[in-house]
Amino acid sequence: MTELRRTPLYDLHVELGGKIVPFAGYEMPVQYPAGIMAEHIHTRTKAGLFDVSHMGQVILRGDSPEAVARAFETLVPMDVLGLGEGRQRYGLFLSETGGILDDLMFANRGDHLFVVVNAACKGEDTARMKAALEPEVSVTAIEDRALLALQGPRAEAVLTEFAPEAATMRFMDVRTLELDGVEAWVSRSGYTGEDGYEISVPADQAARLARSLLAHDDVAPIGLGARDSLRLEAGLCLYGHDIDTETLPGEASLAWSIQKVRRSGGAREGGFPGAAQVLPQLVNGPARKRVGLRPEGRAPMREGVELFADQEGGAPVGRITSGGFGPTVSGPIAMGYLPADLCALGTTVYGELRGKRLPVTVAALPFVRASFKR
Amino acid sequence: MKYTEEHEWLLTEGELVTVGITEHAAEQLGDVVFVELPEPGTEVSKDDEIVVIESVKAASDILAPLDGEIVEVNEALVKTPGLVNEDPLGDAWFFKMKVSDLSPMDDYMDEAAYKKFIG
Repeated sequence: MTELRRTPLYDLHVELGGKIVPFAGYEMPVQYPAGIMAEHIHTRTKAGLFDVSHMGQVILRGDSPEAVARAFETLVPMDVLGLGEGRQRYGLFLSETGGILDDLMFANRGDHLFVVVNAACKGEDTARMKAALEPEVSVTAIEDRALLALQGPRAEAVLTEFAPEAATMRFMDVRTLELDGVEAWVSRSGYTGEDGYEISVPADQAARLARSLLAHDDVAPIGLGARDSLRLEAGLCLYGHDIDTETLPGEASLAWSIQKVRRSGGAREGGFPGAAQVLPQLVNGPARKRVGLRPEGRAPMREGVELFADQEGGAPVGRITSGGFGPTVSGPIAMGYLPADLCALGTTVYGELRGKRLPVTVAALPFVRASFKR
Repeated sequence: MKYTEEHEWLLTEGELVTVGITEHAAEQLGDVVFVELPEPGTEVSKDDEIVVIESVKAASDILAPLDGEIVEVNEALVKTPGLVNEDPLGDAWFFKMKVSDLSPMDDYMDEAAYKKFIG
């Protein structure tokens, strides 16, 4: 086994009493002494600080922004050319058969595209981009910057104390701000369903900035455990669980992420891996779909629980891909895949838990209303 | 008080044994969000999985520490699973069982041995 890596905030996590676990090749804090429940609630009511430095940060540069955008459009089914300067968008890398290889964020930062990918996929993602885009577009994995996320209703007030301009950013805006004397690449985004910011800073300044943010009364450190329950309540996919190489964007309920201009009949239709499989599914509808699920009662249903159409008999019709207890919802919540005819909101299916089939209702996503500043 | 390697505590009063989980176990589990208890009157054998505990992190079981009959369960835990974190050694007992043969109790650890066990 390869040795686990540490982020620039590792020592701070330990100092704060973080319980360290291996995650995507890194030693990361799963929780601090407050515990997952308290950290979750803190993020929804005040502001949580997350270390997401394990994620991959990649810069794409070329002769012109248009050349880079055009090249990147051969890899993702998103409208990259139409993304204005200072704006960020959610994206997907797809295989030749349309399966999802990773999900990502990409931002137009003027003279370059800034791409953030999942930790577990960053090596393959970078290699894929290099193979497809170089030498016309240079692909540089950024190894000397940390990534922090400040999330929650107090995030704006806190960050504004460091840089007043933070307040004028809208959801998915990106900007370079000076925070505590540090050059930070800031986006107004995150993965909790809360308003907030993701902040890329030089690795050697990250701990100092994190300490300055944590010095604020409203800010507490939040581990991976609460990050997972927050994103689940927000109805957001976890790569490798809710989406993977076997799921196409349409069935993953991620059709919204593919802009009209790249779809059938659009001005720049297709031209990305898997287009022949992905685009017809957006028109005809998928045979199965990712949906929100509310188990009745209080027992959580976790990843792997099989779903049945009836309380007795029959083969499984689907499976839970993420599930647990939603601290804000104050009950069990899950996401999973079901055949199209069982996806209508309010449909009852049955999850098999410890040999018993218990009712589960198809529910709207997100479970907790997002509070983005649009 | 006696302790099992499954991190249960056992308190004996006559032929009645009250069972809960230790502070160490509660801390390791994290915030408990769901507890499923057996029906009073159930006859159980040692190592039967008789209680389900779900925390924000994972599901786990409590095993019957002895052969016997479940005579009382703590319904308060079903309504307020968080009691397990607040007062694992007191209010958050799980069940009481009637045991005819208490001799297996001798195999379980005393407090000093348990402290050593969890290091």
